[in-house]
Amino acid sequence: MITYIVRRIMMAIPLLFGITILSFGIIQIAPGDPTALMIDPMIRDKDLVAYKELYGLNDPIYVQYLKWVGNMIQGNFGDSLIRQGVAVNELIMARLPNTLLLMLVSTILAIFISIPIGIISATKQNSLADYTFTFFSFLGIATPNFWIGLVLIMFLSVHLGWFPTGGVATLNEPFSIWDRIHHLILPSIVLATADVAGLTRYIRSSMLDVLKQDFIRTARAKGFKQKKVVYKHALRNGLIPVITIFGLMLPSFIGGSVVVEKIFGWPGIGMLFFDAAFQRDYPVIMAITVIASALVVIGNLLADILYAIFDPRIEY
Amino acid sequence: MGQPEQKTTGIFEYKNSSILERKPESISKIMLRKYMKNKLAVFSAIILLLIISAAIFAPIIAPYDPSEQHLLEALSPPGEKYLLGTDDLGRDTLTRLLYGAQVSLIVGFTSVAGSIFIGTVVGAIAGYFGGLIDAILMRFVDVIISFPSLFLLITLVTIFEPSLMTLISVFALFGWTGTARLVRGEFLSLRSREFVLAAKTMGIRSWRIIFSHILPNAMGPIVVSATLGIGGVILAETALSYLGLGIQPPKPSWGNMLQSAQSLKIMIEAWWFTLFPGLMILITVLSFNFVGDGLRDAFDPKINE
Repeated sequence: MITYIVRRIMMAIPLLFGITILSFGIIQIAPGDPTALMIDPMIRDKDLVAYKELYGLNDPIYVQYLKWVGNMIQGNFGDSLIRQGVAVNELIMARLPNTLLLMLVSTILAIFISIPIGIISATKQNSLADYTFTFFSFLGIATPNFWIGLVLIMFLSVHLGWFPTGGVATLNEPFSIWDRIHHLILPSIVLATADVAGLTRYIRSSMLDVLKQDFIRTARAKGFKQKKVVYKHALRNGLIPVITIFGLMLPSFIGGSVVVEKIFGWPGIGMLFFDAAFQRDYPVIMAITVIASALVVIGNLLADILYAIFDPRIEY
Repeated sequence: MGQPEQKTTGIFEYKNSSILERKPESISKIMLRKYMKNKLAVFSAIILLLIISAAIFAPIIAPYDPSEQHLLEALSPPGEKYLLGTDDLGRDTLTRLLYGAQVSLIVGFTSVAGSIFIGTVVGAIAGYFGGLIDAILMRFVDVIISFPSLFLLITLVTIFEPSLMTLISVFALFGWTGTARLVRGEFLSLRSREFVLAAKTMGIRSWRIIFSHILPNAMGPIVVSATLGIGGVILAETALSYLGLGIQPPKPSWGNMLQSAQSLKIMIEAWWFTLFPGLMILITVLSFNFVGDGLRDAFDPKINE
């Protein structure tokens, strides 16, 4: 087991390096000089050379790359180009809690909605309930996330006034838990929808596979009640493949947060990234891209390790 | 051969006339019949054909010019003059939806054609040759898959100025990884089959074995992944265009038509402004997905009619 985990971690390291190379490479092919954004166009040539020297822009590309990676490993992502003097770390740390909160809540939401639906669809295969859920999950997969957000804001916030139209809390009001929850509901529902649609399909087919197996028939033959068979015997095994799917869905989930944060004016990493992209604030763009991809790699690593823990049939 | 003698006994006569002489049905015919049995897939294919022809004939059937503004009639509700209402600049929604279909379909078809091409070549080389080449190519695929694609798309689109060409190239250059994995898997299982060994023994060159012997046998999954891929690309394109990073106004796209949907005036007064572009995206993507599912079942020999 330990050797498996160590081997799996060793496999993730070259992947992380590949990610840093690609992130760095993409910015290198960008037309135009990064200094153009931050320097007074009237600058004298002599000062420009000194300036480039200061920021290491005269070094060969591989030296620039190694310096960047070296700093990053020490947790230093450099300074923002647009907001001069502000460290990228500071910008990210200020927004991170908001994004983590949104992701955590919508993940929990997605799991608690999709597991029961998946179980009902599988145990009552081809029933009216199964068809209804199937229909809605196909619909959920084909509907753009941002549009669901727009429609919900239009009906639930603007017309019915049930929810705020955006933000994390009401402005100029003292902190209250209820206010925070109130602001959190719509964005987490929207972020969860895409996942719920995909997850229910996987849980349904995984449960169907398990329910057909011999040990389930044995359990039934022993006279266990349907509830016990489904929840105690089948569910445990049926959820194992879902761990991997969850890992695979991580990239689109993290990407989805950019759109959701933008629509709901949710001041998180996604919005920071979006603004940085528009202003071509390269250090911020690169930092967030690397962090997001690293999260995906770590998420998949955890998924694989959890899979190995939950499924003793896996050979290490 | 030898048929006259066989006809002397009754049993042979029976076999010859009804079973042995019947021509086996061609595979494409069997697949077509299987596909036609899937009502949802047939219906979706018809819807897609309607949307595609509407996009092609947009200049003929559209009631107005897509950028023609009727400022005095801005945000008119759906009615006789404007079937699906007008937007905040008084442009006809129906017209813009028809022209928007052109954009979404062009982006969908061309970028998927590009990504399928790259993915097939990479997957075929990795799967056929195996070993070190396979390992290197697949690690490269792992790296690209680890990037949350929307981050990658937004970064690239802002670097290269958003336009139709940028969108298509970015989707094609970074959307091929799924196909590559799929094709590699097919090639891994096909390369040790007898007909490939036979071809190798006859001294046929590798690239010929890859493209004219193995590839035709792997076409099924490729076509399915292309169909499902178009839906995915259309979703990504509309999201980027909505964010202002895709097709730039005044050129209409289903995504950028929603750009001002969040203004309070539109939210309160003009439900049609938000509703129709979203419905068009939904119907189109849903149809591509159903057609893809229908094709998957039709190609799968394990699924009986």
